[in-house]
Amino acid sequence: MSDTIPETVLSSRDMTIETPRRAARRFRPSGSAVVMGLYLLFLMLPIYWLLNMSLKTNSEILGTFSLWPRNLTLANYEKILTDASWYMGYVNSLIYVVMNTAISLAVALPAAYAFSRYSFVGDKHLFFWLLTNRMAPPAVFALPFFQLYSSIGLFDTHIAVALAHCLFNVPLAVWILEGFMRGVPREIDETAYIDGYSFPRFFIRIFMPLIASGIGVAAFFCFMFSWVELLLSRTLTSVDAKPIAATMTRTVGAAGVDWGVLAAAGMLTIVPGALVIWFVRNYIAKGFALGRV
Amino acid sequence: MTLTLDQVTLKPGARTHIHETSLTLEKGTMNVLLGPTLAGKTSLMRLMAGLDRPTAGRVLWNGEDVTGMRVQDRGIAMVYQQFINYPSMTVYDNIASPMRLMGLDAGEIDTRVRETAGLMKLTPMLDRKPLELSGGQQQRCALARALVKNAGLVLLDEPLANLDYKLREELRAEIPRIFEASGSIFVYATTEPEEALLLGGNCATLWEGRVTQFGPTAEVYRKPADATTARVFSDPPMNFLRLEKRGDTFRSAEGDNIPATVLGGGLGDGTYLAGFRPNHLTLEAAGPAAIRFDTTLVVTEITGSETFVHLDHAGERWVGLIHGVRKLEPGGTLPVHLDPARIYLFAEDGRLVAGAPYAEAA
Repeated sequence: MSDTIPETVLSSRDMTIETPRRAARRFRPSGSAVVMGLYLLFLMLPIYWLLNMSLKTNSEILGTFSLWPRNLTLANYEKILTDASWYMGYVNSLIYVVMNTAISLAVALPAAYAFSRYSFVGDKHLFFWLLTNRMAPPAVFALPFFQLYSSIGLFDTHIAVALAHCLFNVPLAVWILEGFMRGVPREIDETAYIDGYSFPRFFIRIFMPLIASGIGVAAFFCFMFSWVELLLSRTLTSVDAKPIAATMTRTVGAAGVDWGVLAAAGMLTIVPGALVIWFVRNYIAKGFALGRV
Repeated sequence: MTLTLDQVTLKPGARTHIHETSLTLEKGTMNVLLGPTLAGKTSLMRLMAGLDRPTAGRVLWNGEDVTGMRVQDRGIAMVYQQFINYPSMTVYDNIASPMRLMGLDAGEIDTRVRETAGLMKLTPMLDRKPLELSGGQQQRCALARALVKNAGLVLLDEPLANLDYKLREELRAEIPRIFEASGSIFVYATTEPEEALLLGGNCATLWEGRVTQFGPTAEVYRKPADATTARVFSDPPMNFLRLEKRGDTFRSAEGDNIPATVLGGGLGDGTYLAGFRPNHLTLEAAGPAAIRFDTTLVVTEITGSETFVHLDHAGERWVGLIHGVRKLEPGGTLPVHLDPARIYLFAEDGRLVAGAPYAEAA
């Protein structure tokens, strides 16, 4: 076999390869793009339909089938943003969600630190027991909570819902944070003490920045759970702290369901969650990589 | 400034980590804790630091009992084997943090940070985060943080073990220099006898939670108090041979005869353990008194300028360190020679009964 290839062979080979490759690029889209496209289509279709409805009038929603609004209107959004009985639903929801996230993290941070750093009698059992709180459906707790909060005068307050949601969010936050804290070597704690840091100072100045992504992920999950939870928040409130999800389920008036406004309310409900996801998206990826989310 | 461990023991559970230990470390001394892994070096160091509380006994600092004192109030510094820094702070803030906690004014902090950073060759990296640095730079940052506060007691727990060879050499040369300048008590844990000898100062050899000997490093090396110390303080490990003394001859079970005139003549009859270091085995007879052993060569390892020979002497594994690169065929018999002046004699319980004459003379 000769190790030199004649010039003509080289050039002819180039030609035969080049032509079909160009053709393929022109006519055949890649398989993964098709799958991804279909996936996104199915994923986004309900959301698009919600948006579509929210920009239509009720007569158009009920009367005709249209893929996009024929008479584009923002009246539905205007109603929500001007009518106190609507927008206060968002305000109430946000108040107790933020309260709940703050309480959950404030409680879960020291708890998770204890679970990750100390061994004490029954620590593993306690850790598991915390998680079992998430296994019961919220409906189980609706009645006792309702009775308890009514009797101590917390019924229909934001703090009532925030505290009730802690039952589910604190274990979750402890679980997530413990995983992140475990990844921080204990020697960092000791080095800080040797350098002269007191515990609170070390925890805030050194330890919390180290697990910032964990705190972000835990806050995200607390926020999301509290934001979408309906049963407890509806049971524990009537007027003053009524959440948006409860408002939405009570829109059936004498004239029937106000579809357009309901759709607009649905769109606005997605917004806070989408915003939070946007801010913590990098942390979430890290959280998944660390294997605790 | 002295640090005294007074009959300290540590028994966290059923197992004893540190058997009763009393040690006094004097001001301005380099103290090397030498022992294999799990010998209790780190446990002992944590007791000195106050990170762990001894099960029994007291820790004294300048004669004052500090056994139950918080770590924060001890005013010590420690560097771990892992590169421990505060990842969220820059190198500058890392080095400055202990001084900020002491409440020094900003001008002095700045001067001392820059001075220490210069010493540790960290000046170009001051604005970077520790995790952006190489391993050696990270450890230098940790060392800088430990040194900058001028602590009376500086604990270094195998600080160079996780570094590559070149960096280790470099930092190992720097540590005694820094130590000289500081005047503090340094405690340095290591598994390598060679490192202990290079650092000098005092040396405590540890074995299974016990300090087997404590004294000037060179002296511990030359005159080990017992067979355990000799084993710990020899790399590759010391070779041993069981000898029976009858009249004027030491006899081994393998049939070697050593006249008592060259080896521990004044000892009574009985069983002894002869120990000798690998570098004292030679292929050629060094003098007329040299003892010849017939061994089987198992493996040779060539390090470049030296050759390790792993020998089988009637079932006992020996290691020899021969100068120069030798082509030797494994599996064949290999006669090796030993100058009897290099032999340590231990009693059956491990106690040294006769030091090697060459070491006694030095």
